[in-house]
Amino acid sequence: MISKADVAHVAELARLEFSDAELDQFTAQLDEILNMVDQLESVDTTDVPVTTQSVHLENIMRQDVASTPTPLNELMANVPTSKGNLIQVPAIIDKEED
Amino acid sequence: MNFETTIGLEVHVELKTQSKMFSPSPVSYGAEPNTETNVIDWGFPGVLPSINRGAYELGLMVALALHAEITPVTHFDRKNYFYPDNPKAYQITQSEAPLATNGWVEIEVDGHKKKIGIAELHVEEDAGKNQHEDDGYSYVDLNRQGTPLVEIVSKPDIATPEEAYAYLETLRQIVQFTGASDVKMEEGSMRVDSNLSVRPIGQQAFGTKTEIKNLNSFAHVRDGLTYEQNRQSALLLSGGSVRPETRRYDPNTKETILMRVKEGADDYRYFPEPDLPPVTVSKEWIETAQGRLPEMPAKRRERYINAMGIPEYDAGVLTATKEMSDFFEATVTAGADPKQASNWLMGEVSGYLNANHLELKDVALTPVHLAGMIELIDDGTISSKIAKKVFQEIIKNDTDPAAWVKAKGLIQESDPAVLTPIIDEILDNNQQSIDDFHNGKDRAVGFLVGQIMKQTHGQANPKVVNDILLTELNKR
Repeated sequence: MISKADVAHVAELARLEFSDAELDQFTAQLDEILNMVDQLESVDTTDVPVTTQSVHLENIMRQDVASTPTPLNELMANVPTSKGNLIQVPAIIDKEED
Repeated sequence: MNFETTIGLEVHVELKTQSKMFSPSPVSYGAEPNTETNVIDWGFPGVLPSINRGAYELGLMVALALHAEITPVTHFDRKNYFYPDNPKAYQITQSEAPLATNGWVEIEVDGHKKKIGIAELHVEEDAGKNQHEDDGYSYVDLNRQGTPLVEIVSKPDIATPEEAYAYLETLRQIVQFTGASDVKMEEGSMRVDSNLSVRPIGQQAFGTKTEIKNLNSFAHVRDGLTYEQNRQSALLLSGGSVRPETRRYDPNTKETILMRVKEGADDYRYFPEPDLPPVTVSKEWIETAQGRLPEMPAKRRERYINAMGIPEYDAGVLTATKEMSDFFEATVTAGADPKQASNWLMGEVSGYLNANHLELKDVALTPVHLAGMIELIDDGTISSKIAKKVFQEIIKNDTDPAAWVKAKGLIQESDPAVLTPIIDEILDNNQQSIDDFHNGKDRAVGFLVGQIMKQTHGQANPKVVNDILLTELNKR
């Protein structure tokens, strides 16, 4: 059972603001989703080793070779506002660093 | 009430690679903003990261140099946080199964040696950079996004700010020798976060710790920790309590200033990175990484002291960087006496580099030329005064010292058959000095030597001149 406080906390971490009514709505919806996921608990996992992945691969690595960067204009096509080469974002209220 | 201090240091070291940790875009320092990035760094939908094997191997080298145990099976995790310098809204790092654990370095403070434990090392990606401007906006450059890092976390073994300083110096030196990183604080390829707590002596539990940010040099780390140690002790003595805070160091006042009070633990919601399969580090791979490591500075110092007769302090200076140490050894291999090679490197060479803000790799001097010049001094071909001229030439140009002194006519004159007539002539013209000498005025000899050196353009062998002069003076 997810609480409204949990939803408010996750929203805060994602820098999202919701009204009280929205928080109620999302709490109910997320609760349904989590209940559905909870059905997985009914699967018998005795003797199944814990894993961190779903594809059976390992050591997929590349050599340390640089390739051509993506052209700036292509990257900037998705940037709402910029100045010169820089991405413009709302002023950051100092939370973590300088 | 007496307190004991516990210091923790988290050191981020940028790995020297061609490409990023999880994308093949290039890594460089000082490129135009956002020109060294690609869609993976920007976290575009549908992109797939991939692990840079070379970067991981550099991480292994650092871990091995710090005597850490390599984790044989590992995977990456997502650390979730929301910030504009991090377009994916998560950082790929290692949380559950870090690169290596349980290492150590040996430090020395005031002649006392101490082992400082390293809790763990993990490989992760760096974030981009934010620039704050006063127009109400911040500006983001993602060139640094994805640059490979190794984070080195100390065990709570560091007990004084001086030990913290020595730990950082030792760590930087070891990592510098591995070649895995430039470890330059001023360029950001080495960064330090520190935390400190105090507790009454005898108390089991650690005190409440505060974190210090904005530490741009090892001296700032030491001074910030010293201030924080005193602040916390005074607070506890006056009956107060330390709050979990993040504080900023101000180098002008050498004080730390409150940035924010930490409310609750950070909530990063780590989970295994689903886009990257696990990594198994084979024995062979560890051996390869081990094989790439050069002899470490502590071993080299021991050898310089015991096998070459270099004083302990000098051995420390010579092993400050791998480049200096390699240069010294190559000069000795080229035939120079170790003590003389050491004196030149610590004296004239270091002086020249410091004065001109250069590094060894920036000058034309080679170990063979330095050894060649030392040989010319040793066998009396040039005087130590001329050697300074030769040095100015060979540090700037790729010039063979023996050929150069010959071409420039700088070879020292040691032949008495050549020098005696010159000395006699000068004595003939300086009767006053001869009288002074016989009246016990030693200054007369200095004056006469000066005249002889002037006459021979500084090329006369001073020792030979002195001998002949005294003989001739006593004859008159």
